[in-house]
Amino acid sequence: MKNCEYQQIDPQALSTPTPTPPPHAAAAESGNEQDKKAKRPRRKWEVFPGKNRFYCDGRIIVARQSGVLPLTLGLILVTSGLFFIFDCPFLVKHLTGCIPVIGGVLFVFVVITLLQTSFTDPGILPRATPDEAADIEKQIDNTGNTTYRPPPRTKEVLINQQVVKLKYCFTCKMFRPPRTSHCSLCDNCVERFDHHCPWVGNCVGKRNYRFFYTFIVSLSFLTAFIFGCVTTHLALRAQGGKGLVFALQESPVELVICFFSVWSILGLSGFHTYLVASNLTTNEDIKGSWSGKSGAEDTTNPYSHRNIFINCCSVLCGPMPPSLIDRRGFLPTEESAQTSSAEVETPSLAAKNEINVVGGSSQLACGLQDSPSPVPAPPNSHQNSSFA
Amino acid sequence: MSPDIQLEHSASLANKVFIQRDYSEGTTCKFQTKFPSELESRIERTLFEDTVKTLNNYYAEAEKIGGQSYLEGCLACATAYLIFLCMETRYEKVLKKIAKYIQEQNEKIYAPRGLLITDPIERGMRVVSFECAWLCVYACKSISMGEKDGGRREEVSKQE
Repeated sequence: MKNCEYQQIDPQALSTPTPTPPPHAAAAESGNEQDKKAKRPRRKWEVFPGKNRFYCDGRIIVARQSGVLPLTLGLILVTSGLFFIFDCPFLVKHLTGCIPVIGGVLFVFVVITLLQTSFTDPGILPRATPDEAADIEKQIDNTGNTTYRPPPRTKEVLINQQVVKLKYCFTCKMFRPPRTSHCSLCDNCVERFDHHCPWVGNCVGKRNYRFFYTFIVSLSFLTAFIFGCVTTHLALRAQGGKGLVFALQESPVELVICFFSVWSILGLSGFHTYLVASNLTTNEDIKGSWSGKSGAEDTTNPYSHRNIFINCCSVLCGPMPPSLIDRRGFLPTEESAQTSSAEVETPSLAAKNEINVVGGSSQLACGLQDSPSPVPAPPNSHQNSSFA
Repeated sequence: MSPDIQLEHSASLANKVFIQRDYSEGTTCKFQTKFPSELESRIERTLFEDTVKTLNNYYAEAEKIGGQSYLEGCLACATAYLIFLCMETRYEKVLKKIAKYIQEQNEKIYAPRGLLITDPIERGMRVVSFECAWLCVYACKSISMGEKDGGRREEVSKQE
């Protein structure tokens, strides 16, 4: 006689690891051993597979190599400091009191946007879960056999009547969306990848491009402003009778820094203004994806709105997309207790094929869910759900 | 697993079904409305298409470039983007609406048919996944053993 019991079980129960037979589960019921192993619930940033560093418990994200960010900050602080200390008093006396105000506003803008560019998630795509990876690999075979093998390198899609090739990322195990590129320094796929900027120590992508653009534009205004003020200061002092050489001796550092940086930063701002107006990324421009350099005939940029104003607005004033990597979300407690890579084990399914193909994937890639209920919670909730 | 208990999965949906993104209109978030063959016996085509089309509409609303988004963008630029630290963006508001809609759809339409939709944000906006929601637990032969084992199985599942 069959006793049929229906119970609603969390689908993740199918994919959460069950490495040992029921005696382990029986021991887990008492809870003591599990509690000792998993003392504190871990956050997802602690098991993030990319080469990033996290601070303030996952609130701040930077690339593993901070590059020359300290140098950038140092140069800005030193130059601005010297400007406020040596040039401002003279110019306020001889010209106008607005000068330190304007300088101050620009300086604050520059520092804030620099820190935002460096510490914001540029649009990192989380790696595919083993189920998704297996699904992609399974789709390719049309002969009816369910085999799992690496898919072809590219897939073509039609975007606004333009053929675009989507590449398969072997690290992230997914076909990259259009305009996405894998940064080898950060080991992440980044949406609308522009470039990896060593000066800010982070990738520049979809989510932080507007911060980056505001940073370089305000920096070019700041350097041009300081350069102009220093030159005016020197001119006024030279007129005062002591001579140009004497005046030069008083503020050489700022002059040198500003002289060399103003051209490069103005040039960079100009270049990015052109990119924004034509809705291109640095990556696409360098590769010549849409200018026909790559050999394809008659290619046009399918993402451009064909209007400079609309392009600028969509890139700079468009909606701010959310971060897709849930840095501060909690891992399920039994996942954080395990140190080895999780194996997806589903009873009576051909799960061993999945393991062969995607074995060794990190815990994060195994599809983590916080909520014990069937409907997953929103990504940025800070739930600490325990399964015990 | 005790040999007295058999787990029987719903045969036609042993794996998860993933609905991929539709890039025909660019990089805006849109999912394919093509009805997958694996779901043929589980859900009506019209219900599936309605759900995916409504999701697509929500995402289009979130990513719409218009007066409100320009205002938000300009205000943010004027405040050196510090406003993003204090204010919830329109996109986040729409994501909350989407989460609520998915929960509603799961409760009313999909759970009774033994399916569950996962919010795409959980998958990095790559896919909408349909998963099997129900497991049927049979205890055969000894009923008393079955009751105890069935209870233990329930507890074990809750542990997981």
